[in-house]
Amino acid sequence: MFKIAKERLNELYSKIAENMPLFMPIKKAGQVNYGAYEAGVETSVETLKTVKSPKDLFFPQSENMMKFKTEGKNIEVIDIRSEKDAFVLFGVRACDYKAIDVLDKVFLADPVDTYYQSRREASVIVTLACSKVEESCFCKVFGIDATAPQGDVTTWMDEGYMYWQANTEKGENLTAIVKELLDNGGETEVKAQQEATKAVIDELPFSNLDLSKFKPENLNELFNAQEWEEMSEACLGCGTCTFVCPTCQCFDVRDFKTNEGIIRYRCWDSCMYSDFTLMAHGNSRTTQMQRFRQRFMHKLVYYPSQNGGLYSCVGCGRCVNKCPQHLNIVKVIKTLGGKDND
Amino acid sequence: MTNENLIPKVGVITDIRKDTPDVKTFRVVGTDGKKLFEHMPGQCAMVSVPGVGECMFSITSSPTNKEFMEFSIKKCGCVTEVLHAMEVGQQITVRGPYGKNFPVEEDFKGKDLLFIAGGIGLAPLRSVINYVRHYRENYGKVVIVYGARSKDDLVDIEEIKTEWMNEPNTEVYLTIDRPQDDWDGHVGFVPAYVKELGLNPNMTAVLCGPPIMIKFTLAGLLELGFEKSNVFTTLELRMKCGIGKCGRCNVGDKFVCKDGPVFRMTELDELPNEY
Repeated sequence: MFKIAKERLNELYSKIAENMPLFMPIKKAGQVNYGAYEAGVETSVETLKTVKSPKDLFFPQSENMMKFKTEGKNIEVIDIRSEKDAFVLFGVRACDYKAIDVLDKVFLADPVDTYYQSRREASVIVTLACSKVEESCFCKVFGIDATAPQGDVTTWMDEGYMYWQANTEKGENLTAIVKELLDNGGETEVKAQQEATKAVIDELPFSNLDLSKFKPENLNELFNAQEWEEMSEACLGCGTCTFVCPTCQCFDVRDFKTNEGIIRYRCWDSCMYSDFTLMAHGNSRTTQMQRFRQRFMHKLVYYPSQNGGLYSCVGCGRCVNKCPQHLNIVKVIKTLGGKDND
Repeated sequence: MTNENLIPKVGVITDIRKDTPDVKTFRVVGTDGKKLFEHMPGQCAMVSVPGVGECMFSITSSPTNKEFMEFSIKKCGCVTEVLHAMEVGQQITVRGPYGKNFPVEEDFKGKDLLFIAGGIGLAPLRSVINYVRHYRENYGKVVIVYGARSKDDLVDIEEIKTEWMNEPNTEVYLTIDRPQDDWDGHVGFVPAYVKELGLNPNMTAVLCGPPIMIKFTLAGLLELGFEKSNVFTTLELRMKCGIGKCGRCNVGDKFVCKDGPVFRMTELDELPNEY
């Protein structure tokens, strides 16, 4: 394990950025989100929860997929995909890192989504363990250890230092680039911090939610639960929860006409929207209750049923913080998750 | 492991047949004049008009047709409206095939087969019926029950009359919803007709049509003693990717594009009723 004094972190970021693009939490217009590190930016790696998760480094909010040129009756399809250069994603928290695993199981499942795959393979991920957590955090419920995230490199931070440990070959290569800035040491400090943080996490209000009822065999019982009506009553269908969610992966594909041809792009979409399932001959989900139910059933029952029990929620708590109506997955878990939530 | 870049192939429309007032059948080949790709009966393809949109359609031609692919398309939305206004020679884009096919080589082999379709619901069944006709010796008796709103709404009626009705060991029953002056065939809804026909419940049945038709026809079949596990149908939900990623066609723990569109009725029973 290595360490670097916090006041030298900008040197570390610069060194990485000299070698490849670096994306990390950046404060801009009063919000912290993942952005490119460059001279003059205000980094904010301490920010526990960026407004948006880092998922758009792999699955951009909007992404051009291909181009068409039409002339008379003829169409030319132009593949605009390009090789992706290696980049570093720095400061990813344990919940968001687990979310990448959740997305991998969707986009890298056969047949592989090549748009996602190219970015995913180009990434070097540096995670940052949590030391200060918030009341809305509940990653522990999903078996995530916020003090020991994986990734190509894991880092920890205390008052004085950032500690650094490479986990993979990609991580070793990154370490070699910044080696001259690093000193040995940190094992004792990291261990002490981990123990202290775990004790705090154990006491968080949502750390012991009961998920035992969310099993494939209860799919229809949960789907037909009377409680959905009441739980969803206040939902505005604004889709904020899906946009801040690190695991939401639904997308739309659209075309737009430009002076240089037609561009087909994909963009994030939300199952909370009324036209998400609208077809020319009807809509399979006509009420907000059905759409609300879909989102949570997918995360807690359908996705795990397709993916060996892995939940499609990582307990980051962004939806808890951002829903304008104070609706969220915690309330759903408390209502339907099992008897230990009473 | 296969890669999917969602980038379609260019297809050329080489023939357009007007089946009904709102259904046209488009014959499509690649720019090299050859078939775009191989498929199995029941599988679908994403057809698009760049600048307008992309939609999933069942491939109505049989895989045994090695020259071209056909899509029977009802005019009912943005993309289909533009398709209907097209002329021969127009290029479109096509990608696929997607989804699971009817188990023609597994469950269907050696069985007596009952096909029940309503309206444009014949499109996916035509692929299976013509496949079965091609390998006729592998299958038992074939019974086809097909209904539409009126006689003008029966898709593929020429092929039904000249080919299907003359096929050995094959019975074809047509019906329309309301009496018409120049129609001397059966009048009535498909579910009632199916019950009237007193069909042998040992057949393997394939249903496709509007949800309401499927619901009542299935009830009728069960009354006649059909086993749910021997009844198949197809689902249709909105799709964008076709490969189980965009999330739209999710029902329970299935994606219709990937795990369907063909489902056994016993499989549908396990899914939440939201399709």
